[in-house]
Amino acid sequence: MSDARLSVFKTYKLYVGGKFPRSESGRVYEVTDTKGTWLANAPLSSRKDARDAVVAARKAFGGWSGATAYNRGQVLYRVAEMLEGRRDQFVREVAAAEGLSKSKAAEQVDATIDRWVWYAGWTDKIAQVTGGGNPVAGPFFNLSSPEPTGVVAVLAPQESSFLGLVSVVAPVIATGNTAVVVASERSPLPALSLAEVLATSDVPGGVVNILSGRTAEIAAPLAAHQDVNAIDLAGADAELAKELEIAAADNLKRVLRPQPVDDWTATPGIERMTAFLETKTVWHPTGSLGASGSSY
Amino acid sequence: MEKQTPVFEYAPAPESRAVVDIAPSYGLFIDGEFAEAADGKVFKTVSPSTEEVLSEVAEAGEADVDRAVRAARKAFETWSALPGSERAKYLFRIARIIQERSRELAVLETLDNGKPIRETRDADLPLVAAHFFYYAGWADKLDHAGFGANPRPLGVAGQVIPWNFPLLMLAWKIAPALATGNTVVLKPAETTPLSALFFADICRQAGLPRGVVNIVTGDGRAGAALVAHPGVDKVAFTGSTAVGKEIARTVAGTRKKLTLELGGKGANIVFDDAPIDQAVEGIVSGIFFNQGQVCCAGSRLLVQESIHDELLDSLKRRLSTLRLGDPLDKNTDIGAINSAEQLARITALADQGEAEGAERWSPACELPQNGFWFAPTLFTNVTQAHTIARDEIFGPVLSVLTFRTPDEAVAKANNTPYGLSAGIWTEKGSRILAVANKLRAGVVWSNTFNKFDPTSPFGGYKESGFGREGGRHGLEAYLDV
Repeated sequence: MSDARLSVFKTYKLYVGGKFPRSESGRVYEVTDTKGTWLANAPLSSRKDARDAVVAARKAFGGWSGATAYNRGQVLYRVAEMLEGRRDQFVREVAAAEGLSKSKAAEQVDATIDRWVWYAGWTDKIAQVTGGGNPVAGPFFNLSSPEPTGVVAVLAPQESSFLGLVSVVAPVIATGNTAVVVASERSPLPALSLAEVLATSDVPGGVVNILSGRTAEIAAPLAAHQDVNAIDLAGADAELAKELEIAAADNLKRVLRPQPVDDWTATPGIERMTAFLETKTVWHPTGSLGASGSSY
Repeated sequence: MEKQTPVFEYAPAPESRAVVDIAPSYGLFIDGEFAEAADGKVFKTVSPSTEEVLSEVAEAGEADVDRAVRAARKAFETWSALPGSERAKYLFRIARIIQERSRELAVLETLDNGKPIRETRDADLPLVAAHFFYYAGWADKLDHAGFGANPRPLGVAGQVIPWNFPLLMLAWKIAPALATGNTVVLKPAETTPLSALFFADICRQAGLPRGVVNIVTGDGRAGAALVAHPGVDKVAFTGSTAVGKEIARTVAGTRKKLTLELGGKGANIVFDDAPIDQAVEGIVSGIFFNQGQVCCAGSRLLVQESIHDELLDSLKRRLSTLRLGDPLDKNTDIGAINSAEQLARITALADQGEAEGAERWSPACELPQNGFWFAPTLFTNVTQAHTIARDEIFGPVLSVLTFRTPDEAVAKANNTPYGLSAGIWTEKGSRILAVANKLRAGVVWSNTFNKFDPTSPFGGYKESGFGREGGRHGLEAYLDV
C-alpha cells in the first residue's frame, strides 16, 4: 500500500424506515476497539429516533406480516447471500469489535450467516409446528394458527456484536414481526453495517430498524411506547431489565427476559420465535345444517 | 315495545337446592386440611339473586398465603417426581368425581354466582369435567407436546381466578398445572369462593396427596400476597386488565413465569348475507350468556348498514322472549349480576351511554325486588367514540355500530386496546377467512359464538393478556420452555 493513499472513513448512520438518517439529535459517540483505538463515531440515538423507528416499523408491519411465508423465507435467504459477499468486511469489524483473532472472528461471521439461513428455512414451517387443528367435542372446524404479535423492540446482546445480534433479530422477523433494534452499546458497528446488507436484500424498509447509542436511554421510550407490542431484553442487565419490564406492563407488552446464553453458536430452539407469536383460533360450524336434521 | 302475550305461560321449574349441603362456615384448604385464617378473619358470601348469606369463609392474610405456598413447595418434591401416568390417574379420578357430583356443583355455583342453572348444568360443569379429562391424558405424554423431550414443571403455581366462571376458571388453571407436575395455590374470587372449597373436598375424595392443591379464600389483598410471594414460580391470572397490569409490574425482574387472561371488547360482525336467525342467536349468546359477564363477550355488534333495521327488529323480538329471574328455575335465561359492586359499574356505564347520546332499549321485563339485577340492554346509534363502545362493561349491555365495507368492519373491530374475541357472520367462506385473518383477536368465531373446548387454545392479543389456556398450547405456561 502506498503511503500517499489515504483511506476513506465511513460515516456510520442509523437505519430507519429503509433510510440511513443521522440521529436527529446530531449527537455521536466514539466507538473504539477492545484496545481503545478509535474506530468511528457512531450515532448516539435519542428518544425521537426511537419513536421514528417505531413509526417505521408499524408502517411496515402490514406488508411484512401479510407477505407469504415463502416470500419471507426467500428474502431472509437473500440476506444470507448478501452477507456472504461481504464476509471479509464483517470479519474485520467483528474482530475489532470483540477483540478476536481473524480466524475466531471468521468463525463468528460464518455462524452468523448460517443462522440467517437457518431462520430463512423456518418462515414456512413455524405455523405447521406451532399451529394445527383442534379436535373439539362438537360439530366445529377449529384451527389454531400463529400470527406475529406486531412491532418488537429488540435490545441486542452487548457482548456478541454480530452473531448475538442476528440470533435475536432473525427470529423476530422470520415470523412476520417488524423490529426496532438497539445495537450493542460498545460495539455497534457490525449492526450498522448489517443495515447496509438489509437495505440491499429485498427486506422492505421499516421491517428492521437499527439504532445505536446508549441502550438504557433508547430502551426506556421503547419499553413505554404504546405502539410497541413486545420487547426482547437480551441486551439489558438485571436492573435495567426490571425497570423496562415494569414500563412494558403499561400496554401489556410481551416481554422476553434476558436469557443466559453460554454459546451463541449452538443451534437455537424455537423459543425466540414463539415468544413473539400470538395464537389465533378460528371456529366454524360443520356438518349438521340445523334442527331440521338435514345434513350434507 | 309492548310485551307480547305468550300463548302458554311457563310453569316454574325450580331445581332443588337440597342436593347441596352448604356448611355455615369454611376454612382455608392448606396442606390437605381446612383451617381458620391465622388472624381469625372471615367474610360472608351471599347469593346474588336473593342477597341471602350462604356461608362464612376464612379470609386469608399474608401468613396464610405463606403457609399455603410452603405446603405446595413441600408437595412439589413428590408430586413432580411421580410418573406422569400416576398423575394422570389422579386427574382422571377428579374428572370422574366432578361428573358424579355435577348436579350438586351446578346448584352450588348457581347459588353463589347468580348465573342460571341452565348454564351451570349445561355449560360450566360439562366443560369443567372435560378440562380435567383432557389434561389428564397429557400428564404422561409431555414428551410429545412439542416443547422438546422431557419438559419440566416450574414448581409452585400461584393462581388467581375471577367470579364469572368460578369452577370453570379453576379447572382451566388447576388441570394443566397438575398434569405438568406443578403444585398450586389458588385464590378464588371474593364473591364466589364456595365451589373452590367444594373442589377441595373432591381432591380429598380422589386421594390427591396433601399440599398439591391449596385454596386460599380472600379478597385482592390475598391475591396480591400470593402473586408477590417469593416461593411462587408461576403466576396465572384471569381478571381485569387493570389488575393484570399491576401483576405484570409485580413479577417484573423476577424469574416467575406469567400468563394473563384479561378483558375484552369483542366485535361481532354481521354481513348482509348472514343467516339472520342464526346470527341473532349468536348475538344473544355472545352478549347475554352469563349476564354478559364474560371476558370474550361480543359486546360490540357491527352490522352491515343495509341490514341494520331488519337485524335489529329480529334481535329485539328475540330479546323479548328472554326470561329473567330465579337462576334456579330451569326456564331462566338471564340470572343475577354477581355483586352489588358489579351492578353499580354496569349501571353507571349504561347511564353514561345514554348521557353521551346513544339510544337505549330493553325488553319489557320485571326485575326481582331482592338481589342484583340488570335488564338486557341494547344501545343503538353508537359510535366508536362512545364510552360504551370502548370500555369493557362486563354486563348484559350490547352496543350496536354499523359499517359498509369489510375493510371498515375490520378497522372498527380492531379499534380497541383489547384483542380477545371476535365473531363473523356471513355465508361467504372466502370472506370469513379473509376477515378472520385480519382480526387482531385470539379467538374468532365464525357463524357461531362463545364456544369453548378444552382442546382449543384460548387467550388474547394486545391488552387482553398473554399466553394461551387450553389445548397443547395451554401446557406451555406450566413447563420450563
